[in-house]
Parts: sequence; C-alpha cells; structure tokens
Amino acid sequence: MPKAKVKRKSTWVDMTAMCDVAFLLLTFFMLTSNFTKKEPVLVATPTSVSEIKIPETNIMTVLVDKTGKVYFGIDGQDKRRQLIEKMASMYKVNFSPEEMKKYTLLELTGNPMQAMKAFLNLPAESRDLPQNNLGIPADSTNNEFKDWVKSAREVNPDLRIAIKADEKTPYPVIKKVMRSLQQLDESRYNLITKLEGAPGRE
Amino acid sequence: MAEISQDTGSHKKGKKKRSKKLPTRIDLTPMVDLGFLLITFFMLATSLIKPQTMEITMPSDKKVQDEDKTVAKASQAVSIILGKDDIVYYYFGKTEGAKVLKTNYAPDGLRKILLEKNFEVAQQVEALKAEKNRTRMKEEDYQKKLSALRANKNAPVVRIMATDESNYKNLVDALDEMNICSISRYAIVDLEEPDKQLIANLAP
Repeated sequence: MPKAKVKRKSTWVDMTAMCDVAFLLLTFFMLTSNFTKKEPVLVATPTSVSEIKIPETNIMTVLVDKTGKVYFGIDGQDKRRQLIEKMASMYKVNFSPEEMKKYTLLELTGNPMQAMKAFLNLPAESRDLPQNNLGIPADSTNNEFKDWVKSAREVNPDLRIAIKADEKTPYPVIKKVMRSLQQLDESRYNLITKLEGAPGRE
Repeated sequence: MAEISQDTGSHKKGKKKRSKKLPTRIDLTPMVDLGFLLITFFMLATSLIKPQTMEITMPSDKKVQDEDKTVAKASQAVSIILGKDDIVYYYFGKTEGAKVLKTNYAPDGLRKILLEKNFEVAQQVEALKAEKNRTRMKEEDYQKKLSALRANKNAPVVRIMATDESNYKNLVDALDEMNICSISRYAIVDLEEPDKQLIANLAP
C-alpha cells in the first residue's frame, strides 16, 4: 500500500478576474481620455479660482513662453490647411504640398513666415529646440501675429481665443499680445489657468 | 469563474470511463499583461485635468472713445499697480495727491483691502451662497442673483495697471482677486505717467 500522500495544490492562479479588472480600467481610460496636446515648449500656467472649463473644439491657442516667444495654432487639420494657404498667399511664401501637410500636423507653431519654410523642413525631433522657434513677431511695427489671428478668424468664425502664458512671462509681452487683439476688435478671450485650492475665506 | 475544467474526481464510481478531455482552461496571464500595458499607455498619454480658463472682456479700441468714458466717483475708485517682485501698490480715489500704499498678493494683502472696500457686496454674495447651499437653489437663479448683486452701484471700480517689471502671474492673480472679492467693475489699463511718478516717489 502506498502512503497517503498529501495532495499538492496547483500553483495555478486564476487570471480571469485580474483580466476583467485590467480591461475595465482600460475601457475607462480610453473613454474618458483626451490626449495631451503636444506643445513646443513647457508652460507653467498660473493658478486661479475660476472654474470655467475650456471647450475642446474651435479654439485658437496663443501660447506665450517664459522668454516671451509667441506661438499660435488652431484646432482641426482642414482648418489649419486653409489657414496656412491664406498666410502663404499673404506673405508670398510658396509652400510645397508636403510642407503644407507638415504644417497641418502641428498643433502650434512659433516662427515668422520667412522662417516657416525652413522650420517645416526640419526633422521632427529637432523642431522643438528653442533655437528653431523664433516666436511670431507681435510688435507694433512688424505684427505677423495680427495676420495669423485675422486669417484664423476668416477660416473659422467660431474660434474662441485662449491665451496660455507662463507665470513668469514679463508683462510687456502680454501687453503686446493683448494690444494686438484689441486692435483686431477681439475683445473677449480666455486666459488659461490651473485650478487653485479654494480661497482662504471660504 | 470562467474556467471550465472537467470534473472527474467525484463521479468515478459507477461511471463509464470516458475518453479524457483536455481542460479548456486558458492561461490569461499574457492578456492581463497586455491590458495593463495599454492602461499604462493611456494613463500617461492623457490629460485628465482640463485646464481652467478665466474669461475676460477688454474694451475694444473703437468703443473706448465714447462709451468707456464712464467716470467713476472718486470715492469708489481703487487703483492697483502691479510692481516688480510681487509687490502691489494701491491707492484710493484720484491720482493727484493720492497716498500710495504697498501690499502683496497674500490673502491678507490685496484681498483684505478689496474686501473691505467691497464689504457690502461681498457680504450679500456670502449670504447668497449660504442660501444656495441651504435651499438647493437652481444654478441659473443663483447666477442671475449673483450678477444682480455684483452690479451694485456703490461697489468699487478697480483699475488694474501693470508695470513692465511685473509678470503674467501677477496679472492673473490680480484678476483672480477681483473674482474672489466679487468685484465686477474692473479694467486693465495702461500705466500712465502720473502713476509712474507716484511709484517712483514711493520707492527711492
């Protein structure tokens, strides 16, 4: 007679439940997510108590970085194509179809029109380098920024303006941007901020 | 559980011997791996927090000439000048011979001053908020009442001026204080010579 053996339990763990959880979470993240937009520079926005959310479509983004460079972009690839065509004819720059295509894939660009062609032909990985982004001129004498806003408005009249600027941006730059918008009669705009904890007195 | 294994142990006796079937149990570990990999990707690639915005309306150039010339009573006027290094200069009333004081963006700085100035409205807004929490007021009604309160004729009128040494954060902080203190009448104005003089005199 063989000895009574201790029955060994198998080390098999049922993974079904774990799999369920994983895919449940995956579904949640897929449905709730909107992808972070790629921005050429990292901008730390100031905080505010305002709780108005920014809409996702029909947005014209004006990004101002720490050093005062201005970037500009609108949403929608077909809209961007119309925009670059308009700008190209206005500044008499000839873009090849490939260059146009490259522009439509970029969320935000920050270069004067004269440097745009060279910028679009850069390899994708070196496009975000600071020396390749000169910023859109917004001075009173040379104001390409105004033309961008004006063209974008013609392309899509429903656009809302969102200004996203770094906390440390010096005020004169902001003033330039605001002044340009004011001259275009664009008097309503949004300043993008982060949510701050409720103020002390509440 | 989803595993379907052939249970052969308990019915051994008195049964015909069947051809042994392979269990239809599938190893789900790689599937779990895949699931978590995708979760990780989506978590990293998404922005769950949507940015907030602050809506501001600036007077457009054309209207400024005639309409914006509403002259505020000197007793209501508050001028705020955003200086460098997070300093705020402020004075009440007219620019000529004004007594300029210094403060900062801390809760007991600018906010305290504005709240004192806007005491009446701030108190009413507080009361309204309390009422809203108590009676489950509709959001629209609340907003309507809120804007009615804010349009109080005696509320202060704030001019925000920024020096070139200030930064964007200062501006947003100042606008934020307007929101917190329920001040509806404010404007961002260019810094003019008399005001520059005032600060220059103050900070030797």
